[in-house]
Amino acid sequence: MTGEAIVAAYVFILAIFVGFEVVSKVPSTLHTPLMSGANAIHGIVIVGAMLVASAIPGPIGVVLGFLAVVLGTANVVGGFVVTDRMLAMFKQRPARKRE
Amino acid sequence: MTVETLIPVAYLIAAITFILGLKGLSSPTTAVQGNRIAATGMLIAVIATFFAADVRGGVPLILAGVAVGGIAGFVGARMVKMTAMPQMVALFNGAGGGAAALVSILEYARHLGAGSLELGATVATLLGLIIGAVSFSGSAIAFGKLQGIITPKAFKYAGQQFVTGGIAAAVVLLSVFLIAASIPGGTPPVDSAITPMLLIAAIALLALVFGVALVMPIGGADMPVVISLLNAYTGLAVAMAGFTLNNQLLIVAGTLVGASGTILTRLMSKAMNRSLGNVLFGAFGAATTAGAGAATAGDDGRSIRSIGPEDAAILLSYAQNVIVVPGYGLAVAQAQHSVRELADLLESKGISVKYAIHPVAGRMPGHMNVLLAEANVPYDKLFDMDQINPEFQRADVALVIGANDVTNPAARSNPGSPIYGMPILDVDKAQNIIVIKRSMKPGFAGIDNDLYLDPKTAMLFGDAKDAVGKVVQELKKAA
Repeated sequence: MTGEAIVAAYVFILAIFVGFEVVSKVPSTLHTPLMSGANAIHGIVIVGAMLVASAIPGPIGVVLGFLAVVLGTANVVGGFVVTDRMLAMFKQRPARKRE
Repeated sequence: MTVETLIPVAYLIAAITFILGLKGLSSPTTAVQGNRIAATGMLIAVIATFFAADVRGGVPLILAGVAVGGIAGFVGARMVKMTAMPQMVALFNGAGGGAAALVSILEYARHLGAGSLELGATVATLLGLIIGAVSFSGSAIAFGKLQGIITPKAFKYAGQQFVTGGIAAAVVLLSVFLIAASIPGGTPPVDSAITPMLLIAAIALLALVFGVALVMPIGGADMPVVISLLNAYTGLAVAMAGFTLNNQLLIVAGTLVGASGTILTRLMSKAMNRSLGNVLFGAFGAATTAGAGAATAGDDGRSIRSIGPEDAAILLSYAQNVIVVPGYGLAVAQAQHSVRELADLLESKGISVKYAIHPVAGRMPGHMNVLLAEANVPYDKLFDMDQINPEFQRADVALVIGANDVTNPAARSNPGSPIYGMPILDVDKAQNIIVIKRSMKPGFAGIDNDLYLDPKTAMLFGDAKDAVGKVVQELKKAA
């Protein structure tokens, strides 16, 4: 294994533990928004799509690269906006109580 | 120092925001903030990437893609009704999976062209491609089932396991071919640059078919768990694409989602008292024997009692404690505002109104909370299953609005029922039960509900919003 691959493996393993740890106690009310938020975060694939969008010359490469960027962006934008809309409905509560 | 050396720093900041974002999303008070922090990190990462050397030539193409995807995502997310949120999450998740699969293919092709292919990168590419493609087609099916384009019933046929298993075996076999080709010094079964791409295309196609075969046999009631699982899959696919690209940010973010998504999936299946294996391979909607058993129970002389809105209004106005049990029917009919009006009216008469929220009522955990919050139902009126269950025996009326499987006593009493063991709301313990329902059609699990045959139960047939509205009118007339 190259040095780079070992570093990547370390990052992978540590991220697994962080991921397990971060969401271990979630009230069931937040399951859906949390899933939706996590959904938006894996939209980071947009960065990968940008990096390879013009990696392959020729029409097939362009079409696939374009598609990857479109799908990645839809994932990011749609994911965060949907999550925000869900959470906006929860947010009213404390505001109402203060009335 | 050039701008490019700052890109890894931007990525590091983004990775931190994702961790903080997920942490924030796990608690009600910090959830909104958490989502925005993660979104900010995403923006930083995307802007930084525009300065990367690999990107510069393709900026117009990327901008065009961002415009199309961004508008589609934004409009889709803004226009969708709150009831359709679950399938929207499925759709965006599928988009991410598809993107991860495409990124894997493109990076593989680039390595292949440059002659820089290594074993590790090949394995990571294959995993990213396969998992991403499964998530893409699986999410599409989940979307179709929730949207009603495809039958929400479990789709089963004889020899299903063998077909699904055969597809999986074919994917593995072709992958082994491709890996063998990339071992240095080994005898590659393929030698031209074109053939590996054909293999990749075949694997992608088979993985797509596998995703369809995986989700089709799962009934609509289990879709939330499936979407959560596919969400974790996409995370993993993105992490694998990160390995191929040697991009730490993709590895961190993808793995975070993969790990937290797995935990979340387990929490969700636990809320339904089912193991994940049971959801994926068990037969929820297909248990015809138990369904037949419940149907014969209806033939032993018990019958269904149907009432009109005026009877329901009288029953409610003489009650002291009312528990509302909302379900998917409420969401479909957009009845949350009418329900709020009804509750206000009852409360003005000094009647206590509480809401019983089953963890999987609706199509997603938290679905009912979101809808009722939209109608400004106070948060402290909503009760979890464990809190409210002991109160049903003191309730004069349990008003079931469009909920079905989560109230089915068969889950407690009939070991033959496919939902046996699932925790339910003890609606049948209430003094009187009013069920508002469109028809006698079974719920999403596809099984009959004994509750409707209970002598204490009165059925008020109609659309949830309509029926509640009529009850409100009757109550106002009486006042």
